[in-house]
Amino acid sequence: MKIQLIGVNHNTAPVEVRERLAIPESRLPEALQRLVQHPGVDEGLILSTCNRVELLAGTRNGNTDLRGFLRDYFHLGSSEVEPHLYDYSEADAVRHLFRVASSLDSMIVGEAQILGQVKEAYATARAVGAVHSQLDLLLTRAFAVAKRVRTETAVGSSAVSVASVAVELAKKIFGSLQGKHVYLVGAGKMSELAARHLQAHGAASIFVANRTFERAKQLAAKFDGEAISFSEIYNTCDRADIVITSTGAPVAIFKREHGEMFLSRRKNRPMFFIDIAVPRDVDPEMNKLDGIFVYDIDDLQQAVSSHVSDRKKEAERAEFIINSEVERFQARLQTLEVVPTIVSLQDHLETIRQAEIDRVRGRLGALSPEQELAVEALTRGIVNKIMHTPVSTLKTAAREPEATTVVDLVRRLFNLQEKKNPKKANDNGDRG
Amino acid sequence: MPFLWLRVALACYAVGLLYALVALTRASDLLGKVALHASYLGMVFHLVSLVEEAQLSGQVMLTSIHNAESLLAFLIMVVFMVAYLVYKTTSPGIVVFPVVFLLTLVAAAGQQPFLQMPAGVREGWLIAHIALILAGYAALVLSFGASLLYLIQESMLKSKRPGGILARLPALEVIDDIGYRSLLVGFPFMTLGLIAGAIVAQATFGRVNFLDPKILLSILMWAVYLLMVYTRWTAGWRGRRAAYLAAGAFVAALIAWSANYFSAMHRFVQS
Repeated sequence: MKIQLIGVNHNTAPVEVRERLAIPESRLPEALQRLVQHPGVDEGLILSTCNRVELLAGTRNGNTDLRGFLRDYFHLGSSEVEPHLYDYSEADAVRHLFRVASSLDSMIVGEAQILGQVKEAYATARAVGAVHSQLDLLLTRAFAVAKRVRTETAVGSSAVSVASVAVELAKKIFGSLQGKHVYLVGAGKMSELAARHLQAHGAASIFVANRTFERAKQLAAKFDGEAISFSEIYNTCDRADIVITSTGAPVAIFKREHGEMFLSRRKNRPMFFIDIAVPRDVDPEMNKLDGIFVYDIDDLQQAVSSHVSDRKKEAERAEFIINSEVERFQARLQTLEVVPTIVSLQDHLETIRQAEIDRVRGRLGALSPEQELAVEALTRGIVNKIMHTPVSTLKTAAREPEATTVVDLVRRLFNLQEKKNPKKANDNGDRG
Repeated sequence: MPFLWLRVALACYAVGLLYALVALTRASDLLGKVALHASYLGMVFHLVSLVEEAQLSGQVMLTSIHNAESLLAFLIMVVFMVAYLVYKTTSPGIVVFPVVFLLTLVAAAGQQPFLQMPAGVREGWLIAHIALILAGYAALVLSFGASLLYLIQESMLKSKRPGGILARLPALEVIDDIGYRSLLVGFPFMTLGLIAGAIVAQATFGRVNFLDPKILLSILMWAVYLLMVYTRWTAGWRGRRAAYLAAGAFVAALIAWSANYFSAMHRFVQS
């Protein structure tokens, strides 16, 4: 069996094309069934996320027209999406899948979501029986590779969004966020997102102050927090360890003297101001106070982009891991291709031997136990001698690129029937 | 023989010193682990050396300066290890390891002056005095180390270059906690140590001469220590101000130590 892959991603196709090809989760089982019914396809897997649509197929001869499947399935004219498609086969397909699962092909390299999405796609395909033998092996390996990349490189270790950088910084200051209080001044989308992140990391309570009190109440309700009237901010702000400001105020709301006041009320326990407003809500002078840390939107953005470039460096190391894993997988696949052939060759010859013995049995008459043994030994000896060369050739070929040619040849010479997809799964025991 | 084991311990601590130097330029988890294990080993050899020394020299053991230095280095390591067990961070080692290494180096270098012992000194109180004071010093060193780390971490956060060098320092509040707790633990040791010293002086000389430089400076050091605990307790002083105070207490401790060269009642003699 050969592995083929076809797809579009955020690099090759604009969103109009990607959404044209996207397959919603509900329709995935049906699409998978149609894929495995497509001529030449034995196994199939479909990965459809907002950044990519990929079809992975185990095919009989390696030249199945997967583009044709897409055209049929989506009723497309050939010019619509074809220029955006990439296809890979064999080692290249394996490499692509490993890169996708390890998040090297992602828009934000190293983001963790994609691995989960691949796992879901695998679970769906397995549930409908579209994945069983070789793709099963391939996907299991891909998960192991992704795990290896994650542990051996730092490709996914640094925060690359403004909200996650804010959480990371808060942790640098407070250690655990357990029991820390968050204060939102201004109820914008972005501060809501940051607050949600902080809460997910253990922040205890959320206060919301906004010029329109109604809006503050709405947002506070979302977090199970407390709405505070805007005029009260200077009296209440020192309750919070982390303050996120995002108002449209033309001048800074928090000045140095406010910071001094907060610090003395808090007995100098540190405070973290995240200022995502432009123009800024927090006077940069405040950052000079001992125990107050002020990050504005540029500072956060800068941290994000420096982390992104760190990830790129780590991604290069990850590519080495992927390359060696692709080689290992290919070698393994070839060995696997050879083994069933050897087994069926043995079966085939054994059947002939038994049939021949049965055929001459009557003519030989009664045999003594010694003679019985001699016949057994004679026929076995012949079979083994005949089998020796093809088996050792197959075993040698397993390590060479021409393995499949040799397998085909042996099968044809001995007229071996292809067994239909022997159901075997989980024989490599390292599903992650 | 005690010197031999002490020098083996010194070699182990050298790994820690290396860690401290490397940590200033880049973070290395592996080296941190190696340094930690080398330190465990070093402490074992160090303990062997201390026990052996005690058996050899008996009662005068603690009055030899090099033994006091050796014991102090050992106690600092103990305090560091306790902090490690609680907070799972080797970062204070950046300050602690060099101090321990230097102390052990000096202690292992050879014979040094003895403290002049008046006749009839009460030995139990003397040992209590020395051990408690040294434990107080050890906690002070860790607290000072934590203050320095706090300053480094604070300036990193202020400069907005998170993730640069020393990226693996513990969180600011964790460092603060280490410093504050060791301060709190060290203070009673120091206080009791000084009381024990006063009792020894009382018993030996019949009265305590508060104008003796050693006593004056010791009280000064204790006052700075008290001030640190007090300002932290009431006003939550930390970071820069706490580091200045810790540095002040450190300097006071050094001066109090050097008073051994000119004090009338607490004085070094050449061996």
